[in-house]
Amino acid sequence: MSRAKDVRHPGLRLGEGHPDVAADAEEMNFGFWVFLMSDAIVFALLFATYARMVSSVAGGLGPEALFDLKSITIETAALLASSFTFGMASLALKYARSPRPLVKWLCVTLLLAAVFLGFELHDFAHMIAMGAGPSRSGFASAFFALVPLHGLHVLAGCVWAIALMAQIAIHGIDKEVKLGVQRLGLFWHFLDIVWVVIFTVVYLGGLA
Amino acid sequence: MTLHHLLLGRLDLHALPFWTMIEHPTHETIVNGTITTAAAGLEVLAAIVVIALVTRAGKWRYLWSEWLTSVDHKRIGIMYIALSFVMMSRALIEAALMRTQQAFGLGGGFLSPEHFGELFSTHGTIMIFFMAMPFLTGVINFAMPLQIGTRDVSFPVMNSVSLGLTTAGAMMIVISLALGKFSTGGWSGYPPFTEAAFNAGVGPDYWIWAVTLSSLGTMMSGINFAVTIYKRRAPGMTFMRMPLFTWTALCTAILMIFAMPPLTVATAMLALDRYLDFHFFTNGSGGNMMNYANLFWLFGHPEVYILILPAFGVYSEIFSTFSGKLLYGYTSLVLATMAIAVISFAVWLHHFFTMGQNASVNAAFGIATMLVGIPTGVKIYDWILTMFRGRVRFTVPIVYGLGFMMLFVLGGLSGILLANPTLDYQVHNTLFLVAHFHNMLIPGLLFGMLAAYHYWFPKAFGFRLDERWGMISAVSWIVGFMLAFFPLYVIGAMGFPRRTVAYFDPVYRPWMLIALAGAAVVLVALASLFVQLFVSIRRREALAVPAGDPWDGSNLEWAIAAPAPEYNFSVIPDVSDRNPFMIAKQKGDAYQTPAEFQDITMPKNSPLGMALAVAGGALAFGLVWHIWWLVALSCLGVLVAIVGQGFARDCEKVIPAAEVRRQHEAWLRTVAASRAVPRDLEGEPANTGLAARDRFSQAAE
Ligand code: HEM
Ligand SMILES: [Cu+2]
Repeated sequence: MSRAKDVRHPGLRLGEGHPDVAADAEEMNFGFWVFLMSDAIVFALLFATYARMVSSVAGGLGPEALFDLKSITIETAALLASSFTFGMASLALKYARSPRPLVKWLCVTLLLAAVFLGFELHDFAHMIAMGAGPSRSGFASAFFALVPLHGLHVLAGCVWAIALMAQIAIHGIDKEVKLGVQRLGLFWHFLDIVWVVIFTVVYLGGLA
Repeated sequence: MTLHHLLLGRLDLHALPFWTMIEHPTHETIVNGTITTAAAGLEVLAAIVVIALVTRAGKWRYLWSEWLTSVDHKRIGIMYIALSFVMMSRALIEAALMRTQQAFGLGGGFLSPEHFGELFSTHGTIMIFFMAMPFLTGVINFAMPLQIGTRDVSFPVMNSVSLGLTTAGAMMIVISLALGKFSTGGWSGYPPFTEAAFNAGVGPDYWIWAVTLSSLGTMMSGINFAVTIYKRRAPGMTFMRMPLFTWTALCTAILMIFAMPPLTVATAMLALDRYLDFHFFTNGSGGNMMNYANLFWLFGHPEVYILILPAFGVYSEIFSTFSGKLLYGYTSLVLATMAIAVISFAVWLHHFFTMGQNASVNAAFGIATMLVGIPTGVKIYDWILTMFRGRVRFTVPIVYGLGFMMLFVLGGLSGILLANPTLDYQVHNTLFLVAHFHNMLIPGLLFGMLAAYHYWFPKAFGFRLDERWGMISAVSWIVGFMLAFFPLYVIGAMGFPRRTVAYFDPVYRPWMLIALAGAAVVLVALASLFVQLFVSIRRREALAVPAGDPWDGSNLEWAIAAPAPEYNFSVIPDVSDRNPFMIAKQKGDAYQTPAEFQDITMPKNSPLGMALAVAGGALAFGLVWHIWWLVALSCLGVLVAIVGQGFARDCEKVIPAAEVRRQHEAWLRTVAASRAVPRDLEGEPANTGLAARDRFSQAAE
């Protein structure tokens, strides 16, 4: 659908060869922003629930006894770095002449995400081993709804990235791949922001 | 774990509706079992008949390629509305059954309390999520893109996914009649009653997954509508030139985007409690059901405006069209719509004034609630002034509109009473409340949707609906509603609790009998709707309006043929003011041949919606019955379908310019051959969809 030229996606210009990408990006990316708003409401509600239930430990262990700042710092570093590497992937999409740099940066991003997820799983296992699994208390339930949901989002992002690389292998960097990378980028940075809030509210707040 | 458990989870013979009465035959189990078995049998029979008919007509391929996999917004809209009618029929029959029980409920009646509980829970859940929501989603889908001059919504495939998920949710309720029992926890599903500790069976699970599927579908519809309205308006169609229905569609879409997540979160948490032993809303271990009440009504109150705003939009179109006048106070109507949408997020607490917060909090929310009356009042006056000195034609839509205006104001007044916390303490949880919200929903939402059905039906199918049966139906709805619900105000004020199967004080009885009569009239209204459809299809030649403008309309949807072509507009119109088609008719530039036709790119059909409907439905079914292999398999299906969609390329087809020209010119020949009819002949066969310009025609200035 080639639409009026005056509506242009204000983000990264996507180069020659696909003049209609910008018009499509306009709609696609805006739609994805709207979805992210909806998703942000989900997280906001889970944060509110967590804040409400953090003291409902029902005689069990609370945040101070359960969180391990070292592992959380590694997770945070990995995730923030992955946002940076995704930024590099976006630049590769814009400037590189071959798909290699894009794929390379996506792989690095995936690797960092794997580190993040690995440490996070380790944290969860640790909590469960300490007897603070989700069925222990209201606090544990709220924690295990909020933080793993973010983890699941990251996992979904990884599946998406792998699917995009498979698409590149089959179709090359075509319009759909470009739009896909752009939206995955939005998603990825959004998850980073959510994590910053989790880090602040759940972990630093809990240990303070 | 036995083989049976592995294969079928907790599904066994006890799930069949007649099993209990065979195992434990008592008077009660036999009566209730027979009713459920008959209803389930009817459902199965209906399914078999439909399958047989389609097979005999050899229409499976047609159904698949023209409807089920279609991503055309008009077709999707029509399918939504069809779903809505089917579900409405069931929910109304249930309502009549409840009324019958209570009419004979002095000292017991014939239904068991559990059966009554299932009835009000399915009735309420269906009416909200599978009657009202599909209806308004269908109407928006059909009309909004036509009104803003675009060829489809922004995400046509996602649109069909929304429909698929909603349908899968509806199927959960349909299946629950034949297999197992539905929840007895009402449409709001409050824990801790719906927690595993008190309700270990499948009922609440059916409710959870039906509602979750529908809320995901609705959230996607919201995104789709909002993006379409923001990004796809025809050139020149600024916000303040949009038809009012499109404005309400926009506000509804925004409410969907922000209000569905709380519901999804609430049902997901309840599911975590039930399946994985979390403690969000349990009595012990730090759970707190008040969180549920807040989450649910954080969705629930905006939801009632999701339900009502599109109907307000429809009424705005109808009062103006059938009064032959421009809408009075367009700007104030837009502002009032926006105001209602915003305030709707600030009043949720009025649903539980009695649940423990202090008086100041209650007062704040009570005042906020009363504030909604102001923009709503503005709208009512605008509509009255739209009709004032107009030449009002008493067509079916305007009869619904007038019924709405009078009854809705009454319902609003009882709402203002309820907004006062001290008064609410007296009547909360009584039939007074039931009377109040039916008084809002039936005239507000349902009449509006039925009016929309009459109004836009010719655009969808090319012929009008029979006026006589339409009138019978409309009057029956209005009278039936009044008979069925006004008595409930009285017994509610006398203290009759809602959701109550029987009573022991004969004073309620006469009122209950009147309400029963009302329910009977409502069933007549429903039947008349089907008769009307049947009669109209048979008389479709006489009712045909191929020229496309049967009501002398003023917006873009009337500027094209009826039925609307697949691509809606041969060329995208240029808009220079409000009511563009009315202006064009006045200036004499309607029905032109464009200077140049271009190839039109349209999205191809996609099976994704159907795939996700099946996978989502199977997932929900597996979760309800703890059939874990099915859960795993359908999760895989969902994943494959979604990831696979990313690999799809070449999803568009081209309709050549020559073909567009051919269809356009054929339509113009029809127009040229049509006799322009004055408004007095609107309901006659003479009306083939070309409106005469005379002194009664709407003036655009
Ligand atoms: C027009 C005929 C209708 C009749 C006769 C009817 C009748 C009833 C009855 C008897 C109840 C149970 C009241 C109780 O708690 O004792 C009920 C509940 C309810 N109805 Fe209707 N109804 C009708 C239409 C509708 C419509 C059009 C809607 C929504 C769009 C609707 C939504 C509901 C809801 C949400 C409940 C509450 C269920 C619950 O308690 O959880 N009804 N209705
Ligand atoms: Cu409310």
